[in-house]
Amino acid sequence: MNSAGTIKGQTGDWEIVIGMEVHAQVLSDAKLFSGASTAFGAEPNSQVSFIDAGMPGMLPVINRRCVEQAVRTGLGLNAKINLTSVFDRKNYFYPDLPAGYQISQYKSPIVGEGEVLIDLADGTTIPVGIERLHLEQDAGKSLHDQHPDHSYLDLNRAGVALMEIVTKPHMRSSEQAAAFLRKLRAIVRYLGTCDGNMDEGSMRADVNVSVCRAGGYDKFRATGAFEHLGTRCEVKNVNSLRFIAQAVEYEARRQVDILETGGTIRQETRLFDAKAGETRSMRSKEEAHDYRYFPDPDLLPLVLDAAWVGEIRKSLPELPDEKKARFVTLGLSAYDASVLVAERDTADYYEAMLASGAEAKAAANWLNNEYFGRLNKAGLAIADGPIPAKANSAIVQMVSSNLISGKIAKDLCDIVWNEGGDPREIVEARGLRQVTDTGAIEKAVDAVIAANPDKVEEVKAKPKLAAWFVGQVMKQTGGKANPQAVNAILKSRLGLPEEG
Amino acid sequence: MSELTDLTLAEARDAVRAKKVSSVELTRAFTGAVEAARPLNAFVTETPERALEMAKASDARIAKGEGGLLEGLPLAIKDLFCTKGVRTTAGSNILSNFVPPYESTVSQNLWDAGAVMLGKTNMDEFAMGSSNETSHFGPVFNPWRSRSSNAKLVPGGSSGGSAAAVSGSLCLAATGTDTGGSIRQPAALSGIVGLKPTYGRCSRYGIVAFASSLDQAGPMTRTVRDAAILMRAMASVDPRDSTSVDVPVPDYEAGLDAGVKGLRVGIPKEYRIDGAPPEIDALWAEGVAWLKAQGAEIVDVSLPHTKYALPTYYIVAPAEASSNLARYDGVRFGRRAQGVRDIVDLYEKSRAEGFGREVQRRIMIGTYVLSSGYYDAYYIRAQKLRSLIARDFDEAYKKCDVLLAPATPCPAFAVGEKTADPVSMYLNDVFTVPVNLAGLPAIAVPAGLTKDGLPLGLQIIGKAFDEATVLRAGRAIEVAADFNAKPERWWRAA
Amino acid sequence: MSVDKDTVRRIAKLARIALDEGRVEPMAAELNGIVQWVAQLDEVDVTGVAPMTSVVAQTLKMRDDVVTEGGTADALMANAPDGEDHFFVVPKVVE
Ligand SMILES: [Mg+2]
Ligand SMILES: [Zn+2]
Repeated sequence: MNSAGTIKGQTGDWEIVIGMEVHAQVLSDAKLFSGASTAFGAEPNSQVSFIDAGMPGMLPVINRRCVEQAVRTGLGLNAKINLTSVFDRKNYFYPDLPAGYQISQYKSPIVGEGEVLIDLADGTTIPVGIERLHLEQDAGKSLHDQHPDHSYLDLNRAGVALMEIVTKPHMRSSEQAAAFLRKLRAIVRYLGTCDGNMDEGSMRADVNVSVCRAGGYDKFRATGAFEHLGTRCEVKNVNSLRFIAQAVEYEARRQVDILETGGTIRQETRLFDAKAGETRSMRSKEEAHDYRYFPDPDLLPLVLDAAWVGEIRKSLPELPDEKKARFVTLGLSAYDASVLVAERDTADYYEAMLASGAEAKAAANWLNNEYFGRLNKAGLAIADGPIPAKANSAIVQMVSSNLISGKIAKDLCDIVWNEGGDPREIVEARGLRQVTDTGAIEKAVDAVIAANPDKVEEVKAKPKLAAWFVGQVMKQTGGKANPQAVNAILKSRLGLPEEG
Repeated sequence: MSELTDLTLAEARDAVRAKKVSSVELTRAFTGAVEAARPLNAFVTETPERALEMAKASDARIAKGEGGLLEGLPLAIKDLFCTKGVRTTAGSNILSNFVPPYESTVSQNLWDAGAVMLGKTNMDEFAMGSSNETSHFGPVFNPWRSRSSNAKLVPGGSSGGSAAAVSGSLCLAATGTDTGGSIRQPAALSGIVGLKPTYGRCSRYGIVAFASSLDQAGPMTRTVRDAAILMRAMASVDPRDSTSVDVPVPDYEAGLDAGVKGLRVGIPKEYRIDGAPPEIDALWAEGVAWLKAQGAEIVDVSLPHTKYALPTYYIVAPAEASSNLARYDGVRFGRRAQGVRDIVDLYEKSRAEGFGREVQRRIMIGTYVLSSGYYDAYYIRAQKLRSLIARDFDEAYKKCDVLLAPATPCPAFAVGEKTADPVSMYLNDVFTVPVNLAGLPAIAVPAGLTKDGLPLGLQIIGKAFDEATVLRAGRAIEVAADFNAKPERWWRAA
Repeated sequence: MSVDKDTVRRIAKLARIALDEGRVEPMAAELNGIVQWVAQLDEVDVTGVAPMTSVVAQTLKMRDDVVTEGGTADALMANAPDGEDHFFVVPKVVE
């Protein structure tokens, strides 16, 4: 589905328009403005400096690595790097916000406009505009269910660096929204700027959804005027790729139902309830906010050296889009290539197979048609699968060089999956080499023909039955006979035409 | 008048170095003076035991031939500097039980130089005040009294406790902080020297923040030489403060007596204000004559935006303060109100109980000027004015090297005299505030007495990071003024 | 611009300072006094003037990405009005 997700209403068609704000935790050892650790899952308040706790007189000093990661991500998003950016204070009271303000970037973010290409199921690719990326501090964590009338505060996360990545309202369906988040996650993982781990909250998406009458979106794109779009609702903290589609579908339908019954959409913050599969209003966020942003006087404007940005640009790894293009030049289909580059781990695995000698197309086919299925069935990520890239590469190479048959390759894969070991050694030790010795194959063919005179008669009328003979011969040889050789000998012995 | 407590910092340093007096003797003299001066209410927390321990350690180092710039010298620390293990209140009820687990960079620099801590001095709450009357721990009384009355006078503020402690010879010197005049104004009202260095010269790490873009620590001393000595020890380049500037700290004492021959001294005409007592103008004219007599070249300059400095300050400083003071919420440290319904109630009651009226007023103003719809009209406009004020100084310094101005528009006033009208209190800082807005160094030097016998100060304002010239010109004023008057020690009888 | 009583209540709420009803009126008067006094800034033409963004002329210093702090939960909790098992404790927060 390349075009907009259209919702059929009773009064006509509606279009969905989606924008996203993604909070991605910067991969760094220490926090954005302090020397406390960012490691996940530590004892309460054990990774909190006096700065993070907002103690009197404590001052922020920025972590160079976090700045570098933001720049790197901006470059990965094909975005403009702002050589001067400013840290502002966003003022509000909340127990998990120790200083009473969050240091963030409001008017002058470190990264400006950019673009991400997303790959859709129908094989098309569409661009999604990036509005900005800015650096800010994460908040602490409040635990509310430990005690009937107390909340407990753990500030370990307080001050961890986040990149807030804001898109333009360029996504038009739940599929596109999910594809964007998947692509963004792939990019930051390729870059090594965020681990993309949504379970641990390293990546959190807030999704802005609105609906408008068919045609409204095109008018918006043509004029830039938001009046052509509907009122949006922000769905907070959608924490998995699966939920994002559900949340968008539900929220869009809800808005259409309201509009079609003569209601109006109230701009509000809503929470996705994964259990119920619905969004609901967050009343607590409804009170009027007035964040009183102003430049943080404890910090100076962040001025980047253009040469440093240039060095970071030079150090960027090959990103999914470039990698995909390169894979296509190796003979892969666009679809196969996009599957292989979708996750950095997958692409790395595939490239490791090529590096140890597998042919590009054969390796891609083997992964897409064989190995990924096995991983899926076992519920394993590629990094956790039991067969190393080198071993799968060996299997693919042995097939390509006719050392083993495709059938044996599958059996061999079973053996390596369950028992481990070097595939080449296993083939030798267990005598799995393909039989290419014509004498031995002829013997097996003759034996099958001799044992089945009735079938020999039948095959003359129905040449397709030849396959049955091939199967029997393979059985006799324990699957090791070279199928082409078996075919050729059978045909000559049975007097069948070559093209059969 | 041959008590140990009458020594200047320089004299005490030389005596200790020459082993004419031990740090323990010196320290005992001062802890005694501190105790005897409790009627002044200059200290929030006295630390005599710690002082004695530090003094003993100093004497041990001196005996071994070691020792830093301030070895064995007893100082008082404004209670805005966090001192590890010693209660630090910022003059506020909300921090009345706060014991920092860390040391401010400036105080650490002093201990590293061998100084001895006598205690923490009283101050206006969160440094918001010009009379030391907003302290939760009660007002500080100026050691000086008028010849015509025994009324208790304010020492100025916010570093009023430090000013009184230095003026009353309760310590050799003290630290202060200056956001809009809080070192120079109390120094002038208490007859001592106060130096506010260039913004970025002293680390702000560990100093309870009032207005981050304006706050600077500096020395409060009895002589200009002492200010030079203490300044050198306080200043440092600190990786823990993003606004600490990476310039070397010179030996300020070395060039102190080089004189002002050929120095171009600017006289800013806008500092002549209507309604100021004639004594202020007269003293200023005298100052001009003194410097001229010593060979300085006098230049008339203009700082056209001077009159806008105070209103600009009263937007910028409260705005920053309203945000800086949000952390006092009764959750992680500080006072928490009892019997609260929920978290919002906890915040609102803890802050209402913990902050005094002036602090609340400034938080309210700051919140207002930053709030939606007012930000551009107030805060942004004020920051533009600040650019213009800083530009005025840049222009003036094309024609001169330092500026000479009065330090305050009036001498010490009576306790309670200006508390009813906030704006009249704010006007106290009319001559000091522009300097903070521009981030420049300036010194207040005692230069004369009113006919009622109260001290008045003159101010030398310098170029950024040119404290050396400021001190040299200040020394020239000090020499010419020959200010030797001391307050009577009436509190000892009290 | 003048500060009315509703504004005072709103600002006090934003600043999280409990203000007894009896203090609203005097606070409005005090704030008005200050606001009217600072209004003199309006007479200055500030067109083309950039707001001051930093007092010192230097670029933002950066720290290395090294863990140098933490592991000080006891010291962190020492001043806490209420704490338990290294957690800060507050009245239940309803989300
Ligand atoms: Mg956001
Ligand atoms: Zn954010």
